[in-house]
Amino acid sequence: MSDVKKIATRASYGAALVELGKEHEDLVVLDADLAAATQTGMFQKEFPERHIDCGIAECNMVGIGAGLATTGKVPFVSTFAMFAAGRAFEQVRNSVGYPKLNVKIGATHGGISVGEDGATHQCCEDFALMRSIPGMVVASPSDDIEAKAMVKAAYEHVGPVYMRFGRLAVPVINDRPDYKFELGKGIVLREGKDLTIVANGLCVAASLEAAEKLAADGIEAKVINIHTIKPLDEDLIVAAAKETGKVVTVEEHSVIGGLGGAVCECLAEKAPVPVKRIGVNDVFGESGPAVALLEKYGLDGEGIYKQIKAFV
Amino acid sequence: MNKLELQKTANEVRKDIVTAVHAAKAGHPGGSLSAADLFTYLYFEEMNIDPKDPKKADRDRFVLSKGHTAPGLYSVLAERGYFPKEDLKTLRHLGSYLQGHPDMKHIPGVDMSSGSLGQGISAAVGMALSAKLSNDSYRVYTLLGDGEIQEGQVWEAAMFAGFRKLDNLVVIVDNNGLQIDGKVDEVCSPYPIDKKFEAFNFHVINVEDGNDMDQLKAAFDEARTVKGMPTAIVMKTVKGKGVSFMENQAGWHGKAPNDEQYAQAMEDLEKVGEALCQM
Repeated sequence: MSDVKKIATRASYGAALVELGKEHEDLVVLDADLAAATQTGMFQKEFPERHIDCGIAECNMVGIGAGLATTGKVPFVSTFAMFAAGRAFEQVRNSVGYPKLNVKIGATHGGISVGEDGATHQCCEDFALMRSIPGMVVASPSDDIEAKAMVKAAYEHVGPVYMRFGRLAVPVINDRPDYKFELGKGIVLREGKDLTIVANGLCVAASLEAAEKLAADGIEAKVINIHTIKPLDEDLIVAAAKETGKVVTVEEHSVIGGLGGAVCECLAEKAPVPVKRIGVNDVFGESGPAVALLEKYGLDGEGIYKQIKAFV
Repeated sequence: MNKLELQKTANEVRKDIVTAVHAAKAGHPGGSLSAADLFTYLYFEEMNIDPKDPKKADRDRFVLSKGHTAPGLYSVLAERGYFPKEDLKTLRHLGSYLQGHPDMKHIPGVDMSSGSLGQGISAAVGMALSAKLSNDSYRVYTLLGDGEIQEGQVWEAAMFAGFRKLDNLVVIVDNNGLQIDGKVDEVCSPYPIDKKFEAFNFHVINVEDGNDMDQLKAAFDEARTVKGMPTAIVMKTVKGKGVSFMENQAGWHGKAPNDEQYAQAMEDLEKVGEALCQM
């Protein structure tokens, strides 16, 4: 995979905001002293008057976003996942979710691939937190192309959207003419009859790698990219579960409450089949290079392959 | 409206408040009554609004950051004609649009949902910022409790508003001196309130009696002349104002009167009303 182009989805977020900003005057970007890291600095350079740095005060930033939205602006509130979904959870719930305001939350630095900053900054709980808010759309792209399409779709969607982007550069896997993005619609990337792998974020590319390894062992895995965790594409997941009889979820998130949780909730009611949840196993992360961390926590292609082999 | 008309209207608002809270058998009369004159002044005198067109784009905005005093806001909205007065008796009832705390999705005239303390001011700051970004001329008002300013988010918002020179924003602090657990300066003192806002680059106006229409008028007139910085109006008020047994009693922060107490409260307010009619 070394010759594959790699781009961090936070960079895609910044680039997509610039493009959208050119078309839409009502788009405003908020940041909390992390414009270089979240990459909203690109937007700041292009549209300084529509980039509002709120300083290190995420709760207030979310509230300002809510106020802007009541007047018809479309704010993209940007900070690390830890602070957007964690620190400002109640502001997102009460000031954005409850009044169903048109606020978009661009949360970068999700998961353990944050790397060296360690556990305090490696948010592995955001899907669970955001998913529990009524009416909130929760999504996480697998690569640059999907991230840009997601930002555009989030702008067009009326209502609150939480998007999680990554710090680490990840392979571009959706560079094909028939690629189509729709919030809430999963994408089948590989057909297989023996089991279904459901993944999002950087775990999609790793799952495809794992599927290749499984194929070498004679196990054919169907791979679905579920970029939108809420609303979940239940029809696609239920059909795949019935078709393959086993489901594995893979995400850079706690195994509690995220994609694995959502898929289990769905399948337990609609198509009970054995499910294996691969993710961060109810532990905090730690400092280290992102790639080494993904390997240590079993979220690289090899780690996913081994866990699936033990499951099937 | 002249002063007497404003006073009479505020007295009607007070009757609405105790009637709504009595019918709800729950709610927050104390802080609704302390701010009844302020609500009345804003909605009948100060703000550019149209009850027939509650979403009018260029209207002035009001955010009730101390959202638990919803009975006060709802009462003034009903008096102003946003919805029927008789609906106030459905406050907090199952199926009523008059939720325990302000709900902008369902209540005409409510500009922002609020209730979790410290959050409303940030939304108000966002609205004021939006007006600046679009060169709109509307003004934004937000009411905070003196207990509420113990929330850290209030000062995040104040720092931003002062830094951004949002002179279309007026933050009002209802300094009735009491919060649930007792006197604000015995629970966790927020004093000095004026100096804090000054330090955050606000123009500060101290109002000695926030239950006096002349003093409210003077404060809001002064706020309109301020350029280049937001205004904070710190007004001393009496919690439970107008109802003899509720005045200055922390116990009436969040409690409904029983039938007997309700009758007494209405009698108190009727007397005030009669006195105003003699003037």
